[in-house]
Amino acid sequence: MNLSIRWLKDFVDIGNISPRNFSEAVTMSGSKVELFETEGGQVENIVVGRVLSIEKHPDADKLVVCQVDIGDKNVQIVTAATNLKVGDYVPVCKDKSRLFDGTPIKKGKLRGVVSEGMFCSIAELGVTLHDFPYAVTDGIFVLQDDPDLYPVPGTDIKEAIGLNDTKIEFEITSNRPDCFSVIGLAREAAATFHKDLKLHTPQVQPTGKSCEGMLEVKIHNPELCPVYSAKIVENVRVKPSPLWLRERLRAMGVRPINNIVDITNYVMLEYGQPMHAFDLRFIKDGKINVRTAKDGEKITTLDGIDRTLSSSNLVIADAEKPVAIAGVMGGEYSGIMDDTTTIVFESANFMGSSVRLTAKEHGMRTDASSRYEKGLDPNACIPALTRACELVQLLDAGDVLDGVIMDSHYNDEPVRIKFNPEWINHFLNTELSAEEMQKILEKIECKIEGDEIIVPTFRPDLQHKADIAEEIARFYGYNVIPSTSIKGGAQGKYSVRQKFDMTITDTLIARGVSEIMTYSFISPKYYNKVMMPENHPLRKSVVISNPLGEDTSIMRTTALPSMLEILAKNYNNRNEYAYLFEIAKEYIPTTPDTLPVEKNVLTAGFYGEGVDFFKVKGIAEQVLDRAGVKNYEIKADSEQFGYHPGRCAVVLINGEAFGVIGEIHPRVRENYGIGTRVYCFSMNVDTMFEYAELEKHYKPLPKYPAVTRDLAVICDKDIPVSELEKAIRSGAGKYLESVKLFDVYQGKQILPGKKSVAFNLVLRSAEETLTDEHAAGAVNKAIKALEKIGAVLRT
Amino acid sequence: MKEKLEEIRRKAKEELSKASAVEAVEELRVKYAGKKGELTAILKQMGKLSPEERPVIGQLANEVRSYIESAIETKKAELTEEKLQKTLEEEKIDVTLPSNTEPLGHKHPLSVVLDEIKEIFVGMGFEIVEGPEVEYDYYNFEALNIPKDHPARDTQDTFYITDNIVLRTQTSPVQVRVMEKKKPPIRIISPGRVFRSDAVDATHSPLFHQIEGLVVDKDITFADLKGTLETFIKRLYGEDSVVRFRPHHFPFTEPSAEVDVQCFSCKGKGCRVCKNEGWIEILGCGMVHPKVLENCGIDPEEYSGFALGLGLERVAMRRYGVDDMRLFFENDTRFLSQF
Repeated sequence: MNLSIRWLKDFVDIGNISPRNFSEAVTMSGSKVELFETEGGQVENIVVGRVLSIEKHPDADKLVVCQVDIGDKNVQIVTAATNLKVGDYVPVCKDKSRLFDGTPIKKGKLRGVVSEGMFCSIAELGVTLHDFPYAVTDGIFVLQDDPDLYPVPGTDIKEAIGLNDTKIEFEITSNRPDCFSVIGLAREAAATFHKDLKLHTPQVQPTGKSCEGMLEVKIHNPELCPVYSAKIVENVRVKPSPLWLRERLRAMGVRPINNIVDITNYVMLEYGQPMHAFDLRFIKDGKINVRTAKDGEKITTLDGIDRTLSSSNLVIADAEKPVAIAGVMGGEYSGIMDDTTTIVFESANFMGSSVRLTAKEHGMRTDASSRYEKGLDPNACIPALTRACELVQLLDAGDVLDGVIMDSHYNDEPVRIKFNPEWINHFLNTELSAEEMQKILEKIECKIEGDEIIVPTFRPDLQHKADIAEEIARFYGYNVIPSTSIKGGAQGKYSVRQKFDMTITDTLIARGVSEIMTYSFISPKYYNKVMMPENHPLRKSVVISNPLGEDTSIMRTTALPSMLEILAKNYNNRNEYAYLFEIAKEYIPTTPDTLPVEKNVLTAGFYGEGVDFFKVKGIAEQVLDRAGVKNYEIKADSEQFGYHPGRCAVVLINGEAFGVIGEIHPRVRENYGIGTRVYCFSMNVDTMFEYAELEKHYKPLPKYPAVTRDLAVICDKDIPVSELEKAIRSGAGKYLESVKLFDVYQGKQILPGKKSVAFNLVLRSAEETLTDEHAAGAVNKAIKALEKIGAVLRT
Repeated sequence: MKEKLEEIRRKAKEELSKASAVEAVEELRVKYAGKKGELTAILKQMGKLSPEERPVIGQLANEVRSYIESAIETKKAELTEEKLQKTLEEEKIDVTLPSNTEPLGHKHPLSVVLDEIKEIFVGMGFEIVEGPEVEYDYYNFEALNIPKDHPARDTQDTFYITDNIVLRTQTSPVQVRVMEKKKPPIRIISPGRVFRSDAVDATHSPLFHQIEGLVVDKDITFADLKGTLETFIKRLYGEDSVVRFRPHHFPFTEPSAEVDVQCFSCKGKGCRVCKNEGWIEILGCGMVHPKVLENCGIDPEEYSGFALGLGLERVAMRRYGVDDMRLFFENDTRFLSQF
């Protein structure tokens, strides 16, 4: 919302406060200023001059030498312009002046003749043909006999042509429809600066001719349109508006068109009440019906687009057809034209949500609809309508007929809120007296009646005592209110689960793995990229009904594609290696009416020199170890999508698979354009947490020495080492402290299809030094257990 | 005998001086002072001496022995030191050769900043609560005083799953979930992902992070809101930060405020960083709207509270001078390793 300071001054006397200080003050009382701009740009030292004589340049055919009266003296100016005559009033850039864009102008000589400055065009002053329709774009700006101008030689040009307004741009919040108007902002400014609000009551002079019988208005849907009012203007004289009006529109960012259209815009800006003007010729049978459209009914709107309406759209119709979409846009054929003679001014109140949905449905958010959708004051219709007709008379734009045509269903009582100064002081921690509060409230036109506050109807946002507290707080000053600490102590803490997640993060970081963050939504095509089978249950995802694009259209059921995407990006950026992890959510749909299950999943991905399956498995195991997850099992699995069938394992606990570790399938790697081996693992953190033993217990350091024994066995090459290890553990008994694989060998001296596997066993007792017999006993039992699964001692 | 002893001393001295290795010195010790050495051999003949000579020769023999032993120790020490020096000299390396480091893991910059923020709030007595990212429309909007036709819905471009399920546009729904379950006193923050249908550019992302804060108790005042947030901002940005509260509107708080800090680079004069305003907007906050309390089954006549919401990316961008939000989600290791 733009505001002309000149216009504002009609309603509140803010003196000569600088735009910066004004902006600062109203921002702090709740009307946030985005920026302010002073008209005229850098224009400086340009004055009005009157051309006294024009003579040919002695040495140049295309130049003339002019003597110009600039008030205190006459100056000589040389120009190439051809649109000048003696007696013209023109802008004269004196020696050491500046144009709109800052260009400096100095005294000089043109072909040997002194020129003490120059004349300038409208563009050089930063104005356009909209401001001065009679001006030319390719010559000097000749000021015309315009009652709004002050063409006295020597007058500063900005003063003379009214180029001295300041435009303030506000960010208005959606709860304050009243502030989308000059009067609304003036009310805020008056309260901010403790000044009086000078409201003007519009008056229309009676003409003696009544509008009776010319137009009939009927509201068919009072819930969507509580009030509809109209007045008729005959003998319309369409012409450009006067300069003062055009200037104000311009400062508010509205393009002047003609007096009638300009009046509707002017009233909308001043009162915040949108207006519409129809040509009475096109209102069939002189009947206005405010009704919902029939499904499929058509209208061509002012922007020239044919639109098909639905029964949820409110329209203004004549006896037959819609002539406007209520509160949004008028129809093309009922608007003001050059030959229009009689017009109907409409000032109506429409229900905000209905206008909002209709505007959205037809994709045309207009100045009118954006005001209506926030909820306007039904009591503003008549003052705005009267103001429009007052302006018609002022501008001599037509003859206003007596009488108002109106249908109203609005009879709401104003909102009353209990005035409770004590509660407000307690709530804000202030010490204001009831009188001080009352003063603030009266500035914003709230009336105090007994112990009640009567809220003006243009403030639908005031409903509760907390709303009143805000009004008091913002005019008293948010920053004047003290700052205190919350009374009463409280224990802040991280939950067990939060600490658990931190442990996992810390462990990964300690192992050189960096944290990443990726989007939760992916493309359904990514499932193909990771070779997820067509019928895989994870193909069923939560689907976004209005995605930004296909790439981000479903909520991922696996974070693997996101990880691969990032690894690929790093690979393509020629980063030598990448060790990455993310703890984030996977979204598993439930029923259409309930929320998906959000699984917390750790996904890690690696590429680079020295990375292999076992390194990655080692990191995964360290994470499990630090997280306190014990008794898990790692089993080969060739069925995991995305992974190399011969280099992949699942991690199980209690028979439940909660993780996968493996090398990424070469074809998947290719799909992502990664030219090196990639390894990933993923683990469900929720499952890990469920099984984690979070308590740590101290185990005494050993007092007695350990005995170590090496053990080499030969077995079928397909027996997994983990099976052999399991056998040793079960056989060796309580003295076994650790088993460590140190060699796997196939080749010379070993039969084909067999392998030799060697372990280092550490045996120890907590009570005594182990004897050789004890150790031999344990090893023998281990050998027996190995034999049971087909592994024999290598001799 | 006396001459023999003197001779041993002289010979030992001479041979020691020629010795060039610890091993050779050790051999000399055996040769002269060992059990079968020359000195012992002489001492074995002491019995043949007269009682008068015995003490004299005995004393001399002891002198010679201690002389030889100490000379040997000294020589040994000298040689050991010499050898060590030589080794040290030989082992000299060029310490400027490149180091051989294992990869170092890095926390994501957003996590680094979030951890700091959590730390501050935990220190002020807050707990951390999380909520679902795919959320019912009711929690994301309606319970927060934003009914279906509310214009505020237009400013938050929402991703819809169904008419009643959305990707949460803010972390505020967690407020409602907490208040429904827990009776006051409540002091929580809730960080997490939020989603809005903004196309990706340097300052927009369809996914970003917010931190929601909520305090509800008896007698919580607007002054408490101010005090708590001032403390938070000073801990985050430094004790000398200048903070201001500016009236604003949020449907779920009343009164509402936006909080600005004075621009760090121009100290309020106005510059490019603060778009010439002198202030930088940091967060939104306000007293919990009585309707919201009611919606959650908390009596607004008995309790009051405040809420705040803060965008994590903006804090991190300012903290590190990151000028493009996309970097956070591209996860280039050259970017990640800077934090």
